[in-house]
Amino acid sequence: MDTTENTTKEAHAYTPGLKVKKVIAIRKTRILPILGEILVKEKESVDFETIVAKAAIPGNPKIIKAYQILNLAPENILPFMLKKVGDKVEEDEIIAKYTPFWGLIKKFVKSPTNGVIELISDITGQVIVREPPIQVSINAYIPGTVVDVLPERGVIIESYGALIQCIFGIGGERNGSLSIIAENPDDVLSADKIISEYKDKIIVGGSLVTLDALRKAEKMGIKGIIVGGIRGVDISEFLGYELGVAITGHEEIGLTLVVTEGFGKMAMSSRVFNLLKEFEGYSVAMNGATQIRAGVIRPEVFIPHDKHVEDIGEELVMGMIPGTKVRIIREPYFGKIGTVKSLPVHLQEIYTMSKVRIVEVTIDEKDVIVPRANVEIIEE
Amino acid sequence: MSKDTDSKIWDQKDVPDFVRPADDMKYILVTDVGSTTTKSRLFSENDEGEWRYLLSGEAPTTVEAPFENVCMGVRNAIREIEDLTGLEILSKEGGIIKPHSGKRGLDFYCTTSSAGGGLQMMVAGVIKTMSAQSANKAALGAGSIVMDVIAVDDGRADYEKINRIRHLRPDMILLAGGTDGGMMTLVMEIAEIIAASDPKARLGADYELPLVYAGNKNIRPAITQLMDDKFELQIVDNLRPVLEMENTDPARIAIHELFMEHVMSHAPGYNELMTWTDLDILPTPAGEGMAMQLIASVEKQNVLGVGLGGATTNIYSIFGGKFVRSVSANLGMSYSICNVMKEATIENIMRWIPFELKTEELVDMLRNKMIRPTTIPHTLESLVVEHAVAREALRLGLQHHKTIATRLKGARRKLRMVGEVMESHLKESYLEMMKINIIAGTGGLLSHAPFRVQSMLALIDAFLPEGVTRIYQDSVFMMPHLGVLSTAFPDIAWNIFDKDCLVRLGTVLSPVGTMNEGEPAIDVSMEMPDGKTLEKEINFYDIIRIPLKEREMARITIQPKQDLDIGEGPGKILETTVKGGVVGVIIDARGRPLTLPEETDERTRTLLRWHTSLDVYPEKFLNQFMS
Repeated sequence: MDTTENTTKEAHAYTPGLKVKKVIAIRKTRILPILGEILVKEKESVDFETIVAKAAIPGNPKIIKAYQILNLAPENILPFMLKKVGDKVEEDEIIAKYTPFWGLIKKFVKSPTNGVIELISDITGQVIVREPPIQVSINAYIPGTVVDVLPERGVIIESYGALIQCIFGIGGERNGSLSIIAENPDDVLSADKIISEYKDKIIVGGSLVTLDALRKAEKMGIKGIIVGGIRGVDISEFLGYELGVAITGHEEIGLTLVVTEGFGKMAMSSRVFNLLKEFEGYSVAMNGATQIRAGVIRPEVFIPHDKHVEDIGEELVMGMIPGTKVRIIREPYFGKIGTVKSLPVHLQEIYTMSKVRIVEVTIDEKDVIVPRANVEIIEE
Repeated sequence: MSKDTDSKIWDQKDVPDFVRPADDMKYILVTDVGSTTTKSRLFSENDEGEWRYLLSGEAPTTVEAPFENVCMGVRNAIREIEDLTGLEILSKEGGIIKPHSGKRGLDFYCTTSSAGGGLQMMVAGVIKTMSAQSANKAALGAGSIVMDVIAVDDGRADYEKINRIRHLRPDMILLAGGTDGGMMTLVMEIAEIIAASDPKARLGADYELPLVYAGNKNIRPAITQLMDDKFELQIVDNLRPVLEMENTDPARIAIHELFMEHVMSHAPGYNELMTWTDLDILPTPAGEGMAMQLIASVEKQNVLGVGLGGATTNIYSIFGGKFVRSVSANLGMSYSICNVMKEATIENIMRWIPFELKTEELVDMLRNKMIRPTTIPHTLESLVVEHAVAREALRLGLQHHKTIATRLKGARRKLRMVGEVMESHLKESYLEMMKINIIAGTGGLLSHAPFRVQSMLALIDAFLPEGVTRIYQDSVFMMPHLGVLSTAFPDIAWNIFDKDCLVRLGTVLSPVGTMNEGEPAIDVSMEMPDGKTLEKEINFYDIIRIPLKEREMARITIQPKQDLDIGEGPGKILETTVKGGVVGVIIDARGRPLTLPEETDERTRTLLRWHTSLDVYPEKFLNQFMS
């Protein structure tokens, strides 16, 4: 068997890169948690906050141990029920009555809530009352056009603009006007830089946001922060608990934070910083939701605009070849950007003395060996 | 009587007719679609007619956006094999070329999978330590991650249970409770809570959530009436027909069938992948479990196994013939690394690091690994940090396992009151480290450790074996692959397992007990294969390594001091034969329990002394921290 070839033309094992696109057409699928009603039509224009669909989630069930209250065996409760399955009931309404000894002893079961009787069990002696449905709705999140309606389920919205995928975030979907606070990507976003004029804005810091700045921004009503890095210990302090796995987006916090590079003090990549600067003052949508596993959900910043729409188009990058621009995503070259020089087939020894599949990368005219697992493709 | 039903190897469908007989086959490919990486392993028959491992390919798993098709990751991992071998495996239509002919094609393909979180289940029973515990074991035995165990006595009020069930989005539910003809009311109470909660399936609102009922057979009609229009209901034999018997097989088989029919077919790309495979797709832990059982059955020994993955830590024990598996769903080395930090505490991770590192730096390192889970250490410092986390993940995993590997509760005496039985149940696990003969490890971190002694010491530090214990590990992570392969071709799987997969690291001798540091602890006399006798006196709190090659054996006599027990009783001499390995024989006189110095400088010096003694990391690297 021929295993002598030294390099591959294309490597398929690589970490998908984070998208940083000045112009891209994106489609967002807005799906209801359960089947419901769609409020917009195909080709309709929508804004950030347009409600596109709504649904009624079944209310909470309340379980009543009726047999205990009536002091009966579970199988004996049926004759004493005043309501049947499907009946509407109000809070404190009597739903079962037992009056033995010619009415000298009176025992009543009252409904703990408004709702509907869902179950009367003659095995357990339990009665279940379902509370009224809970109304939920979803907004468009991004301005654009409804390009598809998924009956009873949701809609697909298409929009054009700049997209920055980030590495980690907390907090959900928000929108606001973009303000650049940092003068350069190395700047630290400290509390003294958070001032009242940024209320309701989405602000851009540099390499690090401090815990004090984060707290002050939340208190001041700033909607979102985009920054290069944050200390891992500060995230825990801010949230009040330790994040175990990277599934975020549902935190009950007053702002959304997205981190473009990682944990620690990390200068925001100049590409991202310059792109954000270019769109200062624009209305943007952002989402801190992160889920890291296999294909991942990354937090994002989307800036709708109509510049250069002729350049749109997106293809799924599938491989890494000599000449591909990559970023190193682990020490000792963390954050460096380089170009793939070669992709040796055979395993090579690295500093740790592990034998791994590597990529040869040219960084600032110097060639270094990096595990293939430690680079990500820059998608331009 | 406790029926041992979990030791059976998984039922597989028959090998299809179009597959050649093993004698005519040349290439077998097996993949594991992991939570972060898809790993392909190529096996071939050599000129001597022996089946051996040939090579590997790996690529990121593509179960989620933007790809949303596992087949892409599988193809990429196979392309790596194509690059390395020149063998054309992938057909232009997208599938796999079969059978092999010339420089094209394979003869057999199968896979395991844990992508997208594997099989995630909620289990419910009446009593936490009885039917709910048995249901938990059945679900774990089927290779699932158990998201929660709901029971009447789990300490939560009904509304809390409902809230929890409504928020969980499992792939499947297993409901048990009551002996046949016994308690009905409490089983129905739990069933009504589940029905009222109206849980939704993880993979979408479009399909009915599968629910397996394995409880009191007398209430099957009532269960059907309550559940049939809300769930994909399957009723199987009671898993606790009487208190003294645990019968988890029917539930386990039903879980597997529903997993294939309902869960896998809804996961992105699996319908296509299923058309490529010659065997049912197995959950990765099920494949891993089979491999561990293979070791126990061939060696006829008690085995403690571990699969230390990116997202989970799976522990397997085959003790006295009984197989038990536990999954610590959020203890892992990449995706879940920060959960290890959270559960173990940063101090417990720090205690294994032999150099100064600020807490905030360590936290940032771990959080960066969490958000970029496929990266690997490129500096020795970060390698040491990952090994430190691994020790804690393994320690916590074993702690969890011991809560499941317990005696059958409720079987010891007649039930008088439920509460009384709960009070009287045995808390302790039946696992005794002194009786564990083999520890076997698999998973990326262990398999990819640059020096085998690193993984051996990590396993020793975490599991704290007692007496005489052999340590094995997976060579390049292929235990799940060989586990699934063993269901069709056990002889081929075992040959590869024995020759290429199982790395015999060596034997560790660990006396139980404590003494003062530096006091003479044990005298060892070892008759080496070259005929020479090696005499050693080892002081307490020391650990040493004696080279003894793989497949070599030596007669050893160990005389512990009065306070120490090597398996024969305190101070009693042990004469036995030890087997060697790529690391050799480690004599661990650090005592059991193992206590590390609390003072940082002293602890650092101690760790450096141990690492230097065993050659765990390069001398030059360790020396820089010696001052």
